[in-house]
Amino acid sequence: MMPELGLFSLILAFCLAGLQCVLPGLGLLKHNAVWMQSARPIVLGQSFFISVSFLCLLYAFVQNDFSVSYVAHHSNASLPLVYKISALWGGHEGSLLLWIFLLSGWTTTVSLTTRHLPAPFLTRVFIVLGMISFGFLLFLLATSNPFARLLPNYPVDGRDLNPLLQDFGLIIHPPLLYMGYVGFAIPFAFAISTLWGGDRTLPVAKWMRSWTLLAFSFLTIGIALGSWWAYYELGWGGWWFWDPVENASFMPWIVAIALIHTLMLSDKRQIFQGWTLLLAIVVFALSLLGTFLVRSGVLTSVHAFAHDPRRGIFLLEFLLVVVGTALTLYSFRAKNFTDNTKIDLISRETAIVISTIFLVVSSAAILLGTLFPLVFDALTSQKLSVGFPYFNAVFIPFMIPVLLLMPLGPISKWGHNVLGRLFKKLTWTIIITLFLAVELPLFFAETVPLGVVIGLGLGLWIILGTLKWVFDKIQMKGSVLALSKGALGMFFAHTGMAVLVIGVTLVSYYQIEREVAITLHQSLDIAEYKIIFQDLKQIEGANYIGSQGHFLVFKQGKKEADLFPEKRIFVVQGLRMTETAIDPGFFRDIYISLGEPLKEGGWSVRIYYKPFVRWIWLGALMMALGGFLSAWGRWLK
Amino acid sequence: MNAIRKRRLAWVVLLICSVVVATFFILQALRQNVNLFFTPTEVATGEAKQKRVIRIGGMVQKGSLAQGKDLTIQFVLTDFAHSVTVKYTGILPDLFKEGQGVVVLGRLDQVQKNLFYADQVLAKHDENYMPPEVGDALKIGMRNKK
Repeated sequence: MMPELGLFSLILAFCLAGLQCVLPGLGLLKHNAVWMQSARPIVLGQSFFISVSFLCLLYAFVQNDFSVSYVAHHSNASLPLVYKISALWGGHEGSLLLWIFLLSGWTTTVSLTTRHLPAPFLTRVFIVLGMISFGFLLFLLATSNPFARLLPNYPVDGRDLNPLLQDFGLIIHPPLLYMGYVGFAIPFAFAISTLWGGDRTLPVAKWMRSWTLLAFSFLTIGIALGSWWAYYELGWGGWWFWDPVENASFMPWIVAIALIHTLMLSDKRQIFQGWTLLLAIVVFALSLLGTFLVRSGVLTSVHAFAHDPRRGIFLLEFLLVVVGTALTLYSFRAKNFTDNTKIDLISRETAIVISTIFLVVSSAAILLGTLFPLVFDALTSQKLSVGFPYFNAVFIPFMIPVLLLMPLGPISKWGHNVLGRLFKKLTWTIIITLFLAVELPLFFAETVPLGVVIGLGLGLWIILGTLKWVFDKIQMKGSVLALSKGALGMFFAHTGMAVLVIGVTLVSYYQIEREVAITLHQSLDIAEYKIIFQDLKQIEGANYIGSQGHFLVFKQGKKEADLFPEKRIFVVQGLRMTETAIDPGFFRDIYISLGEPLKEGGWSVRIYYKPFVRWIWLGALMMALGGFLSAWGRWLK
Repeated sequence: MNAIRKRRLAWVVLLICSVVVATFFILQALRQNVNLFFTPTEVATGEAKQKRVIRIGGMVQKGSLAQGKDLTIQFVLTDFAHSVTVKYTGILPDLFKEGQGVVVLGRLDQVQKNLFYADQVLAKHDENYMPPEVGDALKIGMRNKK
């Protein structure tokens, strides 16, 4: 009964989404205020039915209703409750339902918090959001019904959730990632509404900025969680692979950074509004592209599981319609926003604009590398893949100028700046940065490669430059408490980026990765640590059996940790899984994962030394915190 | 042409030049890092270049996996028509199994055409999941055999 209720609610929500486009649309045409205002109750009604549908599917998972095909394929009676819940978004249909659920959540929030905006503008926003919702609901109902039944011969037990997904990180990774993706629909709708209305100014830049900051912060945590999960769960210590699906989330993230900053220009200086509107469209287009790439199965990827070509074609068509319409509208209306404001070469405006150009270009280079295999296959039916060296080669050089400009943006003023004065202000920052970049690594390493000097130098430059800005600001205002939330947000976001850059640099240059054959009671030296293979025993868990090793970590004769890496075999699907053991630290991780038993005795084992790896995720969290703070500060104004 | 126009033109020229340079470097990087995909049959007929990094996909032949010393591993990759011997040093992924599809990335031996040194062995994260290119390779291989 419940699955049918879920499907019925979904159909009702679909009808309401259609109504959300038509009725307020007619209101716009006929200048009928009542019809325009109907958008808000329709939004609420649609959200209600989508929530009911979502809860129905959740109920089916919790109740082990294996007559529902989707539940039977992704859950199992012996699965712990949290994983039953997260199994909802463990597959294609459910994750799309989650997408729509979150979109309705964002739309509802907009409808409840924007009463002060002009009615026609808001009406257009809701029509755009209604169209997106309509498209996705149509997709869900037509190609991927999550409530389809397996009747009359339904299985007694489910096929189980992929054990890789049975993990805390993955419970919240998809919802956060989707919060980000879907959240970009709001600035997109605002941008389209502005263009559609033929406005010549962008008074909503302030609100667009809050929404973008919120979505960006969620996306940041989502991506960081994915990276963290890959690091400890996949068992080989990588934290970023330039996998097409990672790129799919990374591209909107990069362009969103550009958007957040041009929105500041548009809000505070009323300049570059056309560029801002274009970026708002691009960010959402990239989010949709990400959804298409992940959900259509056109890419060979860790995440690709859909194989139904209809789905791919539908999503591609939807993507083309949405992006095509948006860009056509933009091309007709962008001339409304040509500005002739003169901008000084040495100013905050220039620093921001140049950075955004580099961000967009680097994202385009990633897009090229991601789509190239698809295009090449379509043209020549020759299959190829683009290796990760390409992405490093095109991404890192573009980021260097952006990172260099990061502290200069806040420190320079709007408008005119004198280069000499700026330089004088930063003389000590530059000297200390250069000194530390060369000297600091000598504390924990013998050699300092050029790459370390550059990466660490850029990180320190951002941290010291931003600190200098904060101290000047405090001196001017007289107290730390006088700093606005926006200023604090900027501080955390920029220093977070610096922490991330330092982490990436140091772990890339100083990590030691060893794959060895090791027998019981044998030991091995890695960096200044000694690892001893102490013991091995058989274990049995709720839904798996396996082996567990016991390793001792010594540093200068003193025991630092006991590590228990495991090899599990999941009984239902017969899958083997590596359970990594990590001794985490602020300055280094010791990472051990079991390979397999060897013929001549002993095991093959991965033993890694990963200095500063945690800084990567710490930096990302700081950026997200900065984003939230900044959005909150803007909200209160 | 007035001064403003001239300055604007200079900016446009500068912009175009930098775009051209950036595009050149990006395409150069792309050219160097593209890894073509081949089936064992294509390797046997000599279509695969011997000097470049390539990917080969196929089925791990049952009973072909052999462990050597110091984590060296050898197995046979087949599309049922032809096969390639793969040598690899390191730990295989969890989902690596005889009788399953895998993709290997590396280089062919300079002399022996059917010997491959893999830097990476990729098995997918879902056991029912066959990498699409491997699926195609196997289908074509089966057809050739008949």
